[in-house]
Amino acid sequence: MALKMVKGSIDRMFDKNLQDLVRGIRNHKEDEAKYISQCIDEIKQELKQDNIAVKANAVCKLTYLQMLGYDISWAAFNIIEVMSASKFTFKRIGYLAASQSFHEGTDVIMLTTNQIRKDLSSPSQYDTGVALTGLSCFVTPDLARDLANDIMTLMSHTKPYIRKKAVLIMYKVFLKYPESLRPAFPRLKEKLEDPDPGVQSAAVNVICELARRNPKNYLSLAPLFFKLMTSSTNNWVLIKIIKLFGALTPLEPRLGKKLIEPLTNLIHSTSAMSLLYECVNTVIAVLISLSSGMPNHSASIQLCVQKLRILIEDSDQNLKYLGLLAMSKILKTHPKSVQSHKDLILQCLDDKDESIRLRALDLLYGMVSKKNLMEIVKKLMTHVDKAEGTTYRDELLTKIIDICSQSNYQYITNFEWYISILVELTRLEGTRHGHLIAAQMLDVAIRVKAIRKFAVSQMSALLDSAHLLASSTQRNGICEVLYAAAWICGEFSEHLQEPHHTLEAMLRPRVTTLPGHIQAVYVQNVVKLYASILQQKEQAGEAEGAQAVTQLMVDRLPQFVQSADLEVQERASCILQLVKHIQKLQAKDVPVAEEVSALFAGELNPVAPKAQKKVPVPEGLDLDAWINEPLSDSESEDERPRAVFHEEEQRRPKHRPSEADEEELARRREARKQEQANNPFYIKSSPSPQKRYQDTPGVEHIPVVQIDLSVPLKVPGLPMSDQYVKLEEERRHRQKLEKDKRRKKRKEKEKKGKRRHSSLPTESDEDIAPAQQVDIVTEEMPENALPSDEDDKDPNDPYRALDIDLDKPLADSEKLPIQKHRNTETSKSPEKDVPMVEKKSKKPKKKEKKHKEKERDKEKKKEKEKKAEDLDFWLSTTPPPAPAPAPAPVPSTDECEDAKTEAQGEEDDAEGQDQDKKSPKPKKKKHRKEKEERTKGKKKSKKQPPGSEEAAGEPVQNGAPEEEQLPPESSYSLLAENSYVKMTCDIRGSLQEDSQVTVAIVLENRSSSILKGMELSVLDSLNARMARPQGSSVHDGVPVPFQLPPGVSNEAQYVFTIQSIVMAQKLKGTLSFIAKNDEGATHEKLDFRLHFSCSSYLITTPCYSDAFAKLLESGDLSMSSIKVDGIRMSFQNLLAKICFHHHFSGLLKLWPRAAQEVVERVDSCASMYSRSIQGHHVCLLVKKGENSVSVDGKCSDSTLLSNLLEEMKATLAKC
Amino acid sequence: MIKAILIFNNHGKPRLSKFYQPYVNTQQQIIRETFHLVSKRDENVCNFLEGGLLIGGSDNKLIYRHYATLYFVFCVDSSESELGILDLIQVFVETLDKCFENVCELDLIFHVDKVHNILAEMVMGGMVLETNMNEIVTQIDAQNKLEKSEAGLAGAPARAVSAVKNMNLPEIPRNINIGDISIKVPNLPSFK
Repeated sequence: MALKMVKGSIDRMFDKNLQDLVRGIRNHKEDEAKYISQCIDEIKQELKQDNIAVKANAVCKLTYLQMLGYDISWAAFNIIEVMSASKFTFKRIGYLAASQSFHEGTDVIMLTTNQIRKDLSSPSQYDTGVALTGLSCFVTPDLARDLANDIMTLMSHTKPYIRKKAVLIMYKVFLKYPESLRPAFPRLKEKLEDPDPGVQSAAVNVICELARRNPKNYLSLAPLFFKLMTSSTNNWVLIKIIKLFGALTPLEPRLGKKLIEPLTNLIHSTSAMSLLYECVNTVIAVLISLSSGMPNHSASIQLCVQKLRILIEDSDQNLKYLGLLAMSKILKTHPKSVQSHKDLILQCLDDKDESIRLRALDLLYGMVSKKNLMEIVKKLMTHVDKAEGTTYRDELLTKIIDICSQSNYQYITNFEWYISILVELTRLEGTRHGHLIAAQMLDVAIRVKAIRKFAVSQMSALLDSAHLLASSTQRNGICEVLYAAAWICGEFSEHLQEPHHTLEAMLRPRVTTLPGHIQAVYVQNVVKLYASILQQKEQAGEAEGAQAVTQLMVDRLPQFVQSADLEVQERASCILQLVKHIQKLQAKDVPVAEEVSALFAGELNPVAPKAQKKVPVPEGLDLDAWINEPLSDSESEDERPRAVFHEEEQRRPKHRPSEADEEELARRREARKQEQANNPFYIKSSPSPQKRYQDTPGVEHIPVVQIDLSVPLKVPGLPMSDQYVKLEEERRHRQKLEKDKRRKKRKEKEKKGKRRHSSLPTESDEDIAPAQQVDIVTEEMPENALPSDEDDKDPNDPYRALDIDLDKPLADSEKLPIQKHRNTETSKSPEKDVPMVEKKSKKPKKKEKKHKEKERDKEKKKEKEKKAEDLDFWLSTTPPPAPAPAPAPVPSTDECEDAKTEAQGEEDDAEGQDQDKKSPKPKKKKHRKEKEERTKGKKKSKKQPPGSEEAAGEPVQNGAPEEEQLPPESSYSLLAENSYVKMTCDIRGSLQEDSQVTVAIVLENRSSSILKGMELSVLDSLNARMARPQGSSVHDGVPVPFQLPPGVSNEAQYVFTIQSIVMAQKLKGTLSFIAKNDEGATHEKLDFRLHFSCSSYLITTPCYSDAFAKLLESGDLSMSSIKVDGIRMSFQNLLAKICFHHHFSGLLKLWPRAAQEVVERVDSCASMYSRSIQGHHVCLLVKKGENSVSVDGKCSDSTLLSNLLEEMKATLAKC
Repeated sequence: MIKAILIFNNHGKPRLSKFYQPYVNTQQQIIRETFHLVSKRDENVCNFLEGGLLIGGSDNKLIYRHYATLYFVFCVDSSESELGILDLIQVFVETLDKCFENVCELDLIFHVDKVHNILAEMVMGGMVLETNMNEIVTQIDAQNKLEKSEAGLAGAPARAVSAVKNMNLPEIPRNINIGDISIKVPNLPSFK
């Protein structure tokens, strides 16, 4: 045997291993791809071999190639083969490859369920560990459902190594199979107090991860975590817990109050920066959650800000970064305390580290006020000039715009200044954010009416310098601003100083080099301009001038007609025809101006971005109802008219008001104007500045060409924003003087009128009056707009499914699906699992354990409910009055009492809590008493019905099995039994070890004695031998590696080597043991006969239908068949039985459309496949007739086939 | 949660990639993008980076350390402590150092499977499993022992051959700080 193995390994030692592959790739620098494709071919050859070591080596190499970006999904099945190797070495390789390459779309993943289950229950902790690690990377909803119970059992494994992995993987299981959260939670909670720090840390990890998404469900755990926080010394755990508290405090301000003190202590005492930082972070979260009203508030803030300043000033860039990050959180609620560190933050803007500069920029956002906005923006503008690298400059640009436009331009006092800032920003080369600037220009020009004149003059100057923009930055994002400029000049052309000049600028030939959508806007607005010029000229009676303009249009428009852009072309040719028509009219001296400007009559109002969504559905209108009954199905074009109808339906509200509505709209507009006129400084706090133009199509797709210009472009003739700063200062100075005067007057009055607080000497924001009377037009919303704002929630959030109330007691139906094998249990198992799966047994011991655990869980649950109720007590910081002794956080007396009481209904809890919250301290105690009495009273009435206990033991039915269900079956058959012990066994073949089978024997102690010193002796035959420990002779017994206390069962596995597998055989054996009880010990024996059927040499092996067909065609197989009459069982179940008892499996479709369609099957006929441990192929064709079943078999060994069919006949006869 | 762990060298050659979220077709792109982001940063700047676009939303951060020729990059979301992850990277590297005895890039190149195994004892499914170096090393040693016992007699010839193959190398430079030097291995005469 060993010699054979050595020989095999000598054969393959010259195969390429991973190191050789890597070395080879490094030696083929020039033709790497070619070399690798050669290697992949070699690997494919290796995968075809039977030797598992060769396969594992191949898979190992594939894993490396996967990292380099090569697709290895074709080898998924081979990976599964390697995963199922018996040796840890290979198994680990298989699982690693699976974890790297499997994902939810991998179809063969469903074949792994049983293998993983087997590994999870493996006696070797590393097999289990490697399976858990692998599973954590590729768990799917199906795997999660099928394995949840096994993993949950592992959470109480004796080895902490397994426990911590099992605990950690539960998070993944919850995500994929949210139903498992509630049943598993009690045990997870238990693990928070595990003696092993690793397990504890894992449990904290999982709960923190869960609580981060749905914090409110975990509030009741706060006392437990608090205890952990004050007792744990593991910084990693502490950080997690403190982060968790940060998520919990917003929900429960009282928790925050309790936390402040220990956290402050930690801040003072810890030397670990990471812990300090998280403490500060959570204190900040606490402070945010506590609205003002705490006297010692400011001390904590001061402490935080002070610590953060130390971090920011540190030379370690990481600390600096984090300091700024945390500072921005304080900023939101306590801007004042941060604003005093403005110097420090501005200093960070000059840091060489981009991450730090970005964080500092974030802080600036919250630090602006009316007073310092101009100053800060000025500083940013100098940074814009200095910045190298477009990313940072773009970031600066967006920040400037964000800062200025935040909360509806709240801090802008002078919009002329803002427009000139925007114009200055257009000088940026290579920015991607031209559309942002454009959107701002449009927004400001539309919504701030007072600024239109100025804006138009600036925009016309921009258009005039368009040649600059267009020539140097032709394919550049910045030309987007021309879009805005053209539109503004056109729409508000009445404000133009020299409309004719602007018109000419817009008709320059260079314009045609701009992107299409901008040209289109040019064309449209040229007409607007033309209309207003026409009107001016006609009013002034300059008929010639008017004709000259028309001529200019007729001359220049053809250049747009030739445009390649469809939109431009269409608009231009329409307008050209129109203008030509006008020309004709003008030639006849007909006044046309009125009619032309009527084209653009009426004002455009800004519409809120969400307005469309908010249009309420009128009462009585059912959008889903048919107006006309749908046409009959026979019409093939049924779909089309419907689609057209839909489109119209959606588009309608978007249409400009039609003629009929015009009056009504005008009336409304008047009313609104009236309303706003009465409120001269009308600023509406809409949620965000309008950004409709931000997603102008196509901007991102324009390739940006970097143009190297040493001299920054200046737009000639444009005012610089700097001068506004100066002007503004002067203006403010003046205002201040005036105000001082007023104040003095007031003070004098006050002096007379006795003491009153004089206003603070510093100038507050409100004191600065804006330079212009600004009327910011609100964005239009439809009448009766629905106030709800639910559009932000993402319905696809995977974490939403985990929003589950954990305090509710477990219902009987909430149990994890369990695969059982015991015949005694009358539960039904999902039929769907049967065909694929050789049923995996579970140690019977588990059942008892389960029971106990259930019991324990119940107690825990009660305790938890208790704790939820106690949360209020625990959170209240004020000590209760002295006479009534205060209940401790978890009073032990209460606990005893509680253990006696039945689990309380939830309503009681909620009710109680509400009352507790409202009532002052002394009463609370009373309430509790009352409540407890109440529950005691309820106790009897709430007694569970007697049957419910058993019902709880039944597994949940998962999936929806379509047909009648099979009773659960066990692959374990009875071996022997007496009054002491019952033996059942299952024989499994393993693919890797040639001619070896594993016999799993379950020993169940039925007596009241302890069974010790168990030994199994088996008489070997010529054909079958038991593998014994080295050095022991054939006649020695093999010890059973455990003892059995009363009522307990356990499983032992033994390996047998079989020479020939074509015939079934029996081995005689004896189990000897010592039964020990109080009276003494007796020596006992039990004889048994191990029956190795031919089916037990088969291994369920999946096979693709094409491979199956090839096999049948090959002609190497001999054939035989049987027929069984009198069968009443459904075909479905029949197949399941064959699969289960004889280790066959259905064929896999090559391209399954859905997971449940993997197995090929026709109504009354099915092909099945299996393989023996010695590599015989066995193919079956099962046909169902009226009351009979015939089975045709083909196999490479005829004896094996006939024996197999005989066995099958026996099985079928029982059906 | 840790979303991904990447190790690549100064030239962007991946030495290890571990994704804890399914990025089916974008893994290589992510590695390239991450390398691009990380490699252009100076030595004395902070070790945090706002995540690339590919790997996910704004909640994500890249936390990295640069050791000689290698970048160790962890992509994490906001539930992880930044400084904690930096410590974790340090633990990871120290563990590698212990397991490989004075680790260098070559160890990672030729034994990426072992690196994976070590990592699996530290981080599981994107969550931190163990931070105690001694514990990790104990488990790794135990698994190596198990592996050796499994190979037993049969493994001996393979080990011998790989020893011979390595002997043919002029020398294995232990401390390579000079980037991706290619070792020219004399091609073995084919025994087949």
